[in-house]
Amino acid sequence: MSTLSAKERMQITRQSMPEQDAAERSRNFQEVNLGFPEQLALLEAQRCLQCKAAKCMQGCPVMVNIPRFVSLVAQGDMAGAAKSLMGDNALPSVSGRVCPQEQQCEGSCIRGVKGQPVAIGYLERFVADWARNHGTVSDEAQPAPTGKKVAVIGGGPAGLTAAGELVKKGHDVTLYEALHKPGGVLVYGIPEFRLPKKIVASEVDRLTKAGVKIECNVVIGRTYTIPELRERFDAIFIANGAGLPVFMNVPGENFKGVYAANEYLTRVNLMEAYHAEGANTPVLKGQRVAVVGGGNVAMDAVRTAKRLGAEKAMIVYRRTKEEMPARAEEVHHAGQEGVDFQLLVAPLEVVGDEKRWVKGLKCERMELGEPDASGRRRPQPVAGSEFILDCDVVVVAIGTKANPLLTATCPEMKLNKRGNIETDEAGMTSIPGVFAGGDIVRGAATVILAMGDGKRAAQAIDAYLKK
Amino acid sequence: MHKILAKKQLSPNVTRLDVLAPRIAEIKQPGQFVIVRAQEGGERIPLTIADADPAKGTIALVIQAVGKSTRELVALEVCDAIRDVSGPLGHPTELIASGRALCIGGGVGTAVVHPIAKALHAKGVQVTSVIGGRAKEWVIFEDDLQKCGDVIVCTDDGSHGRKGFVTDAAKEVLTAGGIDIVYAVGPVPMMRAVANLTRPFGVHTVVSLNPVMVDGTGMCGGCRVEVGGETKFACVDGPEFDGHKVDFDLLADRLQTYREFEQRANACADGQCRIRR
Ligand SMILES: Cc1cc2nc3c(=O)[nH]c(=O)nc-3n(C[C@H](O)[C@H](O)[C@H](O)COP(=O)(O)OP(=O)(O)OC[C@H]3O[C@@H](n4cnc5c(N)ncnc54)[C@H](O)[C@@H]3O)c2cc1C
Ligand SMILES: Cc1cc2nc3c(=O)[nH]c(=O)nc-3n(C[C@H](O)[C@H](O)[C@H](O)COP(=O)(O)OP(=O)(O)OC[C@H]3O[C@@H](n4cnc5c(N)ncnc54)[C@H](O)[C@@H]3O)c2cc1C
Ligand code: SF4
Ligand code: SF4
Ligand code: FES
Repeated sequence: MSTLSAKERMQITRQSMPEQDAAERSRNFQEVNLGFPEQLALLEAQRCLQCKAAKCMQGCPVMVNIPRFVSLVAQGDMAGAAKSLMGDNALPSVSGRVCPQEQQCEGSCIRGVKGQPVAIGYLERFVADWARNHGTVSDEAQPAPTGKKVAVIGGGPAGLTAAGELVKKGHDVTLYEALHKPGGVLVYGIPEFRLPKKIVASEVDRLTKAGVKIECNVVIGRTYTIPELRERFDAIFIANGAGLPVFMNVPGENFKGVYAANEYLTRVNLMEAYHAEGANTPVLKGQRVAVVGGGNVAMDAVRTAKRLGAEKAMIVYRRTKEEMPARAEEVHHAGQEGVDFQLLVAPLEVVGDEKRWVKGLKCERMELGEPDASGRRRPQPVAGSEFILDCDVVVVAIGTKANPLLTATCPEMKLNKRGNIETDEAGMTSIPGVFAGGDIVRGAATVILAMGDGKRAAQAIDAYLKK
Repeated sequence: MHKILAKKQLSPNVTRLDVLAPRIAEIKQPGQFVIVRAQEGGERIPLTIADADPAKGTIALVIQAVGKSTRELVALEVCDAIRDVSGPLGHPTELIASGRALCIGGGVGTAVVHPIAKALHAKGVQVTSVIGGRAKEWVIFEDDLQKCGDVIVCTDDGSHGRKGFVTDAAKEVLTAGGIDIVYAVGPVPMMRAVANLTRPFGVHTVVSLNPVMVDGTGMCGGCRVEVGGETKFACVDGPEFDGHKVDFDLLADRLQTYREFEQRANACADGQCRIRR
């Protein structure tokens, strides 16, 4: 099979991902994408031209050796592909599902120049799921214990990756998580229909089997401080995520029925309010839900609203679809599911009834002007275009800012003006032996960048401990 | 898992559980709370740390059974365990170093005021406590507060102490003069009334707010309250705030958000629930 000529490879068209029917899935929480069956994966893998200077790899923040694992798939060597992939990326079953591939690996794939790029994300997911279902045991020898203790703070993708890498090197790793379950955004934010919780659970399981000690319900900054941990551990990795939701600062924002996306999604995902009955944590199931924002968080919230039974689930975004930072696939899926896009629309005020329940969102229309600092055309209000969007629940998904809970107890640690932790290239903070990565350093970023930080910091911590 | 080492009924609907949580017992300060989840699948609810015994490694939770989750908690027995206890959360109470303090507790709020009174007393502050309940059997923590200073008990029906509201007794204490600070914890209407009462006296008044919380780490924004015209997250910025600046109407209003859901959950727990939706 690997003997196909380039021309023959070029003739294969991109395989599409089998998915649940849109009408059906907009009423359930099961995963939308069903995954490639093996023969589709084989076909898709053959589309890769095995470029010498593989452009795709430069698009990947963690430089996954894409041609190598894809060619192993094309040869039908799934175990080999899994080994290759997992050497580069600790959680491929996650990244394969949630990376914004069109801006990263696939966005740089040479086949995308004229036509469709290789479906690298789908292949990555295929290989990772294959490995999970086949329970491949790693042939790595148990590392010799180094006797060094490392604390990891936060059980999101950055923390989980770092913990896995550190334990592989023989260090004694304790991971502290503030919530009752590790996973970070992967469990409280990203919904089941995009990333099944059992995948995160099995990754966490793998870590505990490898020897990582996970302590939940420990809030660093409250239960322990960084200086206290510094006395008990030889090194620390901080990955407590971005945290605090940002609100719009418009009148009516504290009416009943206005949620920050974090709260809305946490109630539904982590606290399992999506169960039709028997859930202990309530969530307001609006009939008309307006979600403000255009990123992944907004897409997750609006599609969740649909699944909770909203007649109308709306995105309110002040620019156009082109400028939306969300993954292209999510915007596409949301459209298929009947989400209503109110584009070039900006909220001015939440309107309430006499009992202060949300009954609408007062908005104005926008038009695109000159490009701003981000290179996107700046939206400007259209005079006299105000109108009221009827809705009974408003979900605000316009971003997060650094959570000061941990850093406030450690004043000697250097922060930037936005409250994010400053690190050097290796990920070390201004305090020797204390490293940081993920959203707390970058501001709201991506899963793969968080994982990359976790891996890099683990290497730096290992080097630091050997000094 | 956090084992329950002791259980005591304090009033007809208030129960004290002494729960094993050694780290929290060791470092907790007055005014701080924990978030507990009774069992897998349970709701996360905030409860103040009413007392702690670092030697035994226990914290005391004083729980008023008002709905499904609190009822599930008080149904637990000695040797049962609470699945998750996270904390200590929130800022510790700002304690004055000397002078006279008036501590006002209404209902289960008395349990929250107690660690504050205890800490003030330990610092040498002169403490007067005014506590209240519907009737004699609803008054809690009277003996514990006696150990911290004078106690004035008020009951609605006069079956114990004075007849009337805590605000009536508090007004007399304030009028007599010499009070440097007031700490008030109880139902929202009570805290509002106390704040209104102390305002003309110009006495700084600390209240402990109880909005609906989920994570307790500042992540969700569900616990937002308005203080001095600014939105604050009670779990990380509070839970104690300057009572003269709190928007109590907003707090009371937001606490109604899940009313229907709570009533249904309660009815189901009572076995009255036939329509499962
Ligand atoms: C709804 C949503 C959808 C998203 N979709 C995508 C997507 O499709 N693709 C993508 O690439 N990115 C997506 N992102 C962004 C991505 O999830 C984040 O960039 C990534 O999770 C950051 O990882 P992290 O490990 O830094 O932090 P987090 O995932 O935020 O994890 C931090 C962890 O630390 C814990 N913690 C916090 N404070 C403390 C403390 N004081 N002590 C102990 N523990 C603490 C938290 O409880 C949490 O578990 C999405 C984000 C959200 C919210
Ligand atoms: C910082 C803080 C400290 C508290 N300390 C104590 C205490 O020491 N003892 C005590 O008995 N109670 C305390 N409470 C209140 C307690 O958390 C609620 O009574 C409890 O959550 C009710 O849950 P339920 O399911 O039993 O009742 P429900 O029927 O769900 O609700 C009854 C009422 O409790 C409130 N409530 C519901 N869910 C929550 C939630 N997740 N968070 C906060 N309030 C909620 C609402 O006002 C609701 O109307 C405290 C609250 C806060 C915020
Ligand atoms: S990790 Fe993400 S960006 Fe890198 S190859 Fe995989 S899907 Fe592409
Ligand atoms: S750029 Fe595209 S075609 Fe080339 S190696 Fe990468 S995935 Fe294959
Ligand atoms: S409880 Fe979530 S931010 Fe306070």
